[in-house]
Amino acid sequence: MSKYIRAKITENTPVNKGHNLLVLSSDNIQQHPLPGQFYMIGTDFSYDPLLKRPFSIFRETSSAEGGELQFLYRIKGKGTERMKEMKKGDTVNLFGPLGNGYPMPGKNFTPVLIAGGIGIASLFPLAEKLSGNIHFFYGARTSGELLMLNELKGLVKKELIISADDGSEGRKGTVVDALNVFLTSNPQLLTSNFLLYACGPSPMLEAVSKFAAEKGIKGYISMEENMACGVGACLGCAVKTKKGYKRVCKEGPVFEIGEIVW
Amino acid sequence: MNLTVNIGKLKLKNPVMTASGTFGYGEEYSEFVDLNKLGAVVVKGLSLLPREGNPPPRIVETPAGMLNAIGLQNIGIENFIREKLSFLRQFDTSVIVNFFGDSIDEYAKAAERLSAVDGIHGLEMNISCPNKEADWRIFGTDPKGTFEVVSAVRKVTDLTLIVKLSPNVTDIALMAKVAEDAGADAVSLINTITGMAIDIKTKRPRLGNITGGLSGPAIKPIAVRMVYETFRAVKIPVIGMGGIMNSSDAIEFLLAGATAVAVGTANFINPSATNDIIKGIESFMAENNITDLNELTGGIKSPQIEMEASGAE
Ligand SMILES: Cc1cc2nc3c(=O)[nH]c(=O)nc-3n(C[C@H](O)[C@H](O)[C@H](O)COP(=O)(O)OP(=O)(O)OC[C@H]3O[C@@H](n4cnc5c(N)ncnc54)[C@H](O)[C@@H]3O)c2cc1C
Ligand SMILES: Cc1cc2nc3c(=O)[nH]c(=O)nc-3n(C[C@H](O)[C@H](O)[C@H](O)COP(=O)(O)O)c2cc1C
Ligand code: FES
Repeated sequence: MSKYIRAKITENTPVNKGHNLLVLSSDNIQQHPLPGQFYMIGTDFSYDPLLKRPFSIFRETSSAEGGELQFLYRIKGKGTERMKEMKKGDTVNLFGPLGNGYPMPGKNFTPVLIAGGIGIASLFPLAEKLSGNIHFFYGARTSGELLMLNELKGLVKKELIISADDGSEGRKGTVVDALNVFLTSNPQLLTSNFLLYACGPSPMLEAVSKFAAEKGIKGYISMEENMACGVGACLGCAVKTKKGYKRVCKEGPVFEIGEIVW
Repeated sequence: MNLTVNIGKLKLKNPVMTASGTFGYGEEYSEFVDLNKLGAVVVKGLSLLPREGNPPPRIVETPAGMLNAIGLQNIGIENFIREKLSFLRQFDTSVIVNFFGDSIDEYAKAAERLSAVDGIHGLEMNISCPNKEADWRIFGTDPKGTFEVVSAVRKVTDLTLIVKLSPNVTDIALMAKVAEDAGADAVSLINTITGMAIDIKTKRPRLGNITGGLSGPAIKPIAVRMVYETFRAVKIPVIGMGGIMNSSDAIEFLLAGATAVAVGTANFINPSATNDIIKGIESFMAENNITDLNELTGGIKSPQIEMEASGAE
């Protein structure tokens, strides 16, 4: 039984320009989230912002006081601006975990993770769960938007390729460009059981999907859409799939890569 | 303490229902809410055939409210009966099915079909839909259209029939009266108010459908006023909704004249909102020595209203 809970902020600190790490603790956290699942979080009881905002679970830890949930968020608009102002000891309201999460790869697969921008928040716990036995492509518009680089360097056991659209860090160009270059020089990888996991802004996911279709690559993408309820009730978060509209919060946020109609 | 209220043939254990379209088919919230405690569960609006709905984005937040343009997406009546109803039958609560059609004939067929199955206790007809028989007309905004479509449905069902009114009209009390004359057992109001929002950076509408329905606290004063006007115009019970976030809001609607209330957008913000509101109403009654909830209905006090009332007699 999921519950609507109040949790205390134990940390809400900048990790980079425009991005914060939010750590919440509550003795009421009942279910362990899976990588790719998310929570709906609300900062206060005012009616503006009104709706809760969806955030992927970044990490789950435990402390003396009970469970701890960590979120990595980008300060974007009204809701996250408000969230940024919250202090240690303040409380937030939330419910979750919600959505399906990333399916685990079969034994013979080579997981390749592709994160764009804040998409790192949902793919990082997957990388941890797979003990770093992955290739990881991580890109952002500019170096200032790349998060958790040291943690990734310590974690990823295969290739870790960083890119920035403006060339300020790693390779210049998009993550999809970086993936393309990598596969051109490692064509043997494509013949094995190559399995993509992608999370990032919509244009990136569209590019990844097109690329995957061209190369016949299988995998999963985590989608974003405005949400109201987060539990499948309002039909507000629909995305078009080959089998009609599906709910990002319920059938998703993770979809098979060829399923979405762009 | 008595919290039961009567709506047509239905006796609800308390006045708190869910608003159609905000509570799915009940199961979506069953992890958060004890459905047995609810006065009634009103499900997402159904049509004879499944509907795909509108392109995204379908929702956008606005100050103290939200706009939605879901486009009446639903699984269709037959799928509902086959896949969803057995879940709802497990609970000791009234199940009210919200439905709509594109024509009078579709409304009647839908009502007839829904009346023939076990486990549906009441019908709520959403008349805020375009009317295929006359393109320019929305059933819910044209008194003649409202009368025709409600009469047609009344003929084919013995279930409690609630007519859900659109607020996008000049005189809601008139629409309620028309529904009553056509045989409605109750009216529910308000549905969402048509609105829109534009992204000033991209200059694009923020909804895929351009316009959508506004709900949430932003619409509450309008809804309270409309319930108040409707209560004074009809004899049938009024079910009030629009921005109810807590028990104080719910009681405000009762005082304005509602016999029962429905909770919509609040479910999104607090998935246990309905249960919390029931508890809050109970505490309010206890604190104020109210033994029967029905005492609250229409209990608004104002010398002006009392004068008008005595003058009218
Ligand atoms: C499943 C899922 C997981 C997410 N995980 C994270 C995460 O871990 N870290 C993170 O920083 N962000 C995440 N996001 C995006 C995050 O929800 C938005 O950035 C946030 O809602 C913006 O709110 P705002 O009020 O600051 O921005 P505003 O632009 O003012 O928001 C206005 C409205 O648009 C919605 N909205 C705006 N941007 C998005 C978006 N990209 N996706 C969905 N809705 C949006 C808001 O929820 C709100 O209803 C996730 C989104 C989804 C759907
Ligand atoms: C996402 C959403 C979907 C809705 N779908 C329906 C529907 O299918 N049929 C209907 O009669 N009303 C529908 N409504 C209207 C609500 O039932 C209710 O009348 C309105 O939202 C006002 O109440 P609120 O402010 O408490 O949400 C919907 C509202 C929302 C927000
Ligand atoms: S957010 Fe309501 S159905 Fe997904």
